Amino acid sequence: METAYLIETVIKIVVILLIFSALAGIGTYFERKVLAFMQRRLGPMNVGPYGLLQVAADGIKLFTKEDIVPTNVVGRIFKIAPVITAATAFMAAAAIPFLPSFTLFGYEVHPIVADINIGILYILGIMGVGLYGPLLGGMASANKFSLLSAARGAAVFISYEVVTGLSILAPIMMVGSLSLIDFNEYQVGGIGSWIIWTQPVAFILFWIAAFAETGRTPFHLIANDHEIIDGFGTEYSGMRWGLFFIGEYANMFFISFVIPLLFLGGYGDGSLLGALGLLAKVAFFFFFFLWTRAAWPDVRPDQLMWLCWKVLMPIAVLNILVTAIVMM
Amino acid sequence: MNNEQFNNRDVGNDYFLVDIEDYPTTGWGKFKRVVNRSFRGELFVGLWVVLREMIFFKKHTISYPEEKMPIGPRYRAVHEMKRLWESDAERCIGCGLCEKICISNCIKMDTKIDENSRKEVSEYTINLGRCIFCGYCAEVCPELAITHGGEYENASDQREHFIDYAGMLTPLEKMTAGTQTEFEGFGAITPHEEERVKKTPLAY
Repeated sequence: METAYLIETVIKIVVILLIFSALAGIGTYFERKVLAFMQRRLGPMNVGPYGLLQVAADGIKLFTKEDIVPTNVVGRIFKIAPVITAATAFMAAAAIPFLPSFTLFGYEVHPIVADINIGILYILGIMGVGLYGPLLGGMASANKFSLLSAARGAAVFISYEVVTGLSILAPIMMVGSLSLIDFNEYQVGGIGSWIIWTQPVAFILFWIAAFAETGRTPFHLIANDHEIIDGFGTEYSGMRWGLFFIGEYANMFFISFVIPLLFLGGYGDGSLLGALGLLAKVAFFFFFFLWTRAAWPDVRPDQLMWLCWKVLMPIAVLNILVTAIVMM
Repeated sequence: MNNEQFNNRDVGNDYFLVDIEDYPTTGWGKFKRVVNRSFRGELFVGLWVVLREMIFFKKHTISYPEEKMPIGPRYRAVHEMKRLWESDAERCIGCGLCEKICISNCIKMDTKIDENSRKEVSEYTINLGRCIFCGYCAEVCPELAITHGGEYENASDQREHFIDYAGMLTPLEKMTAGTQTEFEGFGAITPHEEERVKKTPLAY
């Protein structure tokens, strides 16, 4: 049993790594296309049919670029920072059930690497550790813009960890478990039993915080091109920068999995339809990340802090109180 | 594609004044503004606007190397030398006005008397590194010989590649095909010129 379990886990890890590394690349293609269509452009068109091979061209460019470590940087930390971002993004995926369990060649596969009973806590914790990528990278870069970005990143991550944690607390109180599979089973009774209907406020708060956690556009101030160039990524080039990139996109995909699993019924009863439903929900949430980037302006750092501490956190606390009173 | 949409500068009645409210000074006013903004759904208006563009996709770009924007007939790109329609001979009479008027001193020309006792241009150079494409040379030319062309794709390792005298002259094949185009910019005859010119009123 031990050997079989080990082999199965390793295979799952490799599959998840490969699929989501590739998805990160394809995600950039979709982002460029969606943004282009929303701005009445065409997006990448020249490499391959409809620009589909642009991903390959970008990959070749990233891999073959010279690996530059600038003069005054703190070498070791500078080199480890992108690895932290990418690694924590993928580590968070360990507790996510990507699909309902299915039978493959007479063998029952659970598409989750580790069904630990503290799944959500683990995911939030690992995503919190992801802060160290931008933070260390920015501080080690010997660049003012990177340093600014590191400071902003630390402030945003720590602040919005509060919102994520508090907003998720109310659904956890209802379900009584931290495992995402238990969450899914709680909502197995169809659309009517989704947690979003009983916890709409928590859903909105978690969704807003997800934008801060992944550093996407309304809260993109960690790497705001027009203010601080690429923030912590300014001094990075080639595959080191690519790791930051893969980490960011993998994070977007994983958050897009977590939101439907928590609030929108996940994969439902585990049928094929439920699995496709989960993928559709994930696609919508990923699309929404791109959609807001085309539609919404960025907020200032002080506005972001204001929003977090004066609006979202009080609402989250109130939500917990109301939930607790109703449950009593 | 034609120039019509670019030449239409009439904005008509599309202008309107933006309604700007006074900035709230009291705490209650600020709070009301926050609530108003939060629940008015402006963010969703923005989302709808970009989604609408995506659904009713009307692209506003041109795949440049394959298709090109039309340029105006008065566009001032690298110079051209025209030929006479009747004889295919050069229009340039070597008067030197373009050299004289050139404000960046980039035109240099040399002339000689040929065997038919006609003045002929022996050397003609334009230093494109100095030329500011002001169009004075085309405007001053009495023969409509030197004009600006529409060729803007200038990529080479030397600027001189675009501006040797033989290259500026309209090729003879173009003359036989009758496809030399007249310049409509500075110095050119305005359309319907003959209708407008009247006899000089010498009423004194």
